[in-house]
Amino acid sequence: MNEGKPIQNAPPREILEKIFRTAYKIRVFETEGIKLYRQGLIRGYFHPYLGQEGIAAGVCAALKDGDFIASTHRGHGHCIAWGASVRKMVAELLQKETGYCKGYGGSMHIADISTGNLGANGIVGAGTPLGVGAALASQVRGSDAVTVTFSTDGASNNGTFLESLNLAAIWNLNFILVIENNGYAVSTRIDESTRDTDLYKRGLAIGVESHQVDGNDPVEVHRVTMQAVKTCRAGKGPVLIEAKTYRHMGHHVNDPGKYMPEDELAHYKARDPVDRARAALKEMAGFSDAEIGAIEAEAAAEFADAVEFSVKSPEVTAESFAAFAQGY
Amino acid sequence: MAERELMYREALREAIDEEMARDPTVFIIGEGIAERGGSYKVTEGLLAKYGPGRVRDTPIAEAGMIGVGVGAAIAGARPIVEILYVDFAMLGMDMIVNQAAKFRLMTGGEGRVPFVMRTQGGTGGGVAAQHSQSLEALFYHIPGLRVIMPSTPADAKGLLKYALRQPDPVMFLEHKHLYMTKGMVPDGEHIVEFGKGDIKRAGTDVTVIAWSNMVPRTLEAAEELSLQGISVEVIDPRTLVPLDRAMILASVSRTRRCVIVQEANRRGGVASDICSIILEEAFWELDAPIEIVAGLDIPVPFNLALEKASVPQKDDVIAAVRRTLHESPVARAAG
Repeated sequence: MNEGKPIQNAPPREILEKIFRTAYKIRVFETEGIKLYRQGLIRGYFHPYLGQEGIAAGVCAALKDGDFIASTHRGHGHCIAWGASVRKMVAELLQKETGYCKGYGGSMHIADISTGNLGANGIVGAGTPLGVGAALASQVRGSDAVTVTFSTDGASNNGTFLESLNLAAIWNLNFILVIENNGYAVSTRIDESTRDTDLYKRGLAIGVESHQVDGNDPVEVHRVTMQAVKTCRAGKGPVLIEAKTYRHMGHHVNDPGKYMPEDELAHYKARDPVDRARAALKEMAGFSDAEIGAIEAEAAAEFADAVEFSVKSPEVTAESFAAFAQGY
Repeated sequence: MAERELMYREALREAIDEEMARDPTVFIIGEGIAERGGSYKVTEGLLAKYGPGRVRDTPIAEAGMIGVGVGAAIAGARPIVEILYVDFAMLGMDMIVNQAAKFRLMTGGEGRVPFVMRTQGGTGGGVAAQHSQSLEALFYHIPGLRVIMPSTPADAKGLLKYALRQPDPVMFLEHKHLYMTKGMVPDGEHIVEFGKGDIKRAGTDVTVIAWSNMVPRTLEAAEELSLQGISVEVIDPRTLVPLDRAMILASVSRTRRCVIVQEANRRGGVASDICSIILEEAFWELDAPIEIVAGLDIPVPFNLALEKASVPQKDDVIAAVRRTLHESPVARAAG
């Protein structure tokens, strides 16, 4: 952690802009999405990424076309950071045929193979072996593509965490495991789940380059990820990055999160990643309030457009379902 | 077409070899499959030919290696993951059931998972309860998986080649007793599509449906019965999912009697499901109740005599065939 330390080499202006734009877009998506959920327009599970936006924004700004990501049950932020269409995301949450998964997947299963998004996942920890698999496929093909799996502190106690990171290590795969350590597996505190809460040490234990970073500092997340990507493309992967962060609310929309102590929440809210991305854009790239306001207005308009598009989109039909079910 | 005799394991090796030569995204991972050539010698020689990038040994980490295979398939490669015993595949069931089988649906049909898991099951030589199971029913139950169980070298080769060209997750279930068995395999490009059963022996009195190692056992029973004047038709579905319902129903409608033989224990098994399909679709064609010959509903014991007693033997098949003939309305009326 280097909280408070000045950034030595500020990222380029367009990267800072991208990071803020992404983080803010996620904030809008989740905040407005929760409203739609409360209105009954969105059903099923909705795990908000509020408070963790800086990680997806910082990591994805370090990747390029042709790379892969795999995500978690809390996956909206990763999709947006990866450049997903907000229209198709909202349409999916509204169960429409125009959604990413034609209404078959929902919040926990948004994926877009055509862009290398292996998808969110309803099984905690599953994204790790899947991501290592994509990295293996890239190596077999002779591609230098990097795969990032966004994972969680909760997933780190699942057996596939060790199994798949170890496979990535013995094969030197271009794989980056980003552990978003928000301190809670649903409601169980990390210090009840493991003796040593510094999860990056688990990578060190099996010979994997590992870092710990303040996940609420998007610029720092980006810097560390750039370094990890460089390590991977030089054939020295995998890399583990533990990003310390915190949820702004419970596990899902209907979880009041009463187990989260108020002072702890206040501590992290005072280090809000969206605010920090905005401040970085002002301080490091000299963006004016008006320019920032324009970015924020654009994000809000994009979401409003996506809702309108989704509400107007056709419902799934019995005919399309019958056609889809062929071949099972 | 010209053909030659191969062992089951050689036929499998030929399939992998030919497909690796044809498609550079085909690769294989598993425990002891590279330098050692696999416990059943299926992958012998492939490391030398294709190198360590495409023929890789893995640590003992079934959930990890199955998951990695599924991920590679989602990302567009064609992995083969060899799992030493189907019993060990239980460690990777999340990746099979919750990931591989569901990805196509969860992505609205956009994502496909051309993942092949090769493994083997069944009893053989006292390897006891954790190395002797026939677990096809677990995979059969899960929508989205293909379940393949070849009984001959030719089918093993043709089906494995097809598996490596189609888009869905395949549970390719071999049998430990079959690796050394021999059979004729057509020369050249030999491919067997999924969903096409095979009549292993034509007959007129009773249809016996069997797969995997129960096919040779049933053929022995059929031979013995033929000496007693009973003509048995032996149907091998070869692929349980998709299942060649048309072939089964046509045969049963001809013979009007049916026995289903599975090595797996009876409860919740594939035989019961095939039985239900026949009852639903061809009840009025039957002259006798359907017989199911299956393993006992207990784990497989180590003791060789007990192992033998726990799974169907030739005489069990013969007895079941005789019962279906005895149960015919004509026989009952006469008797």
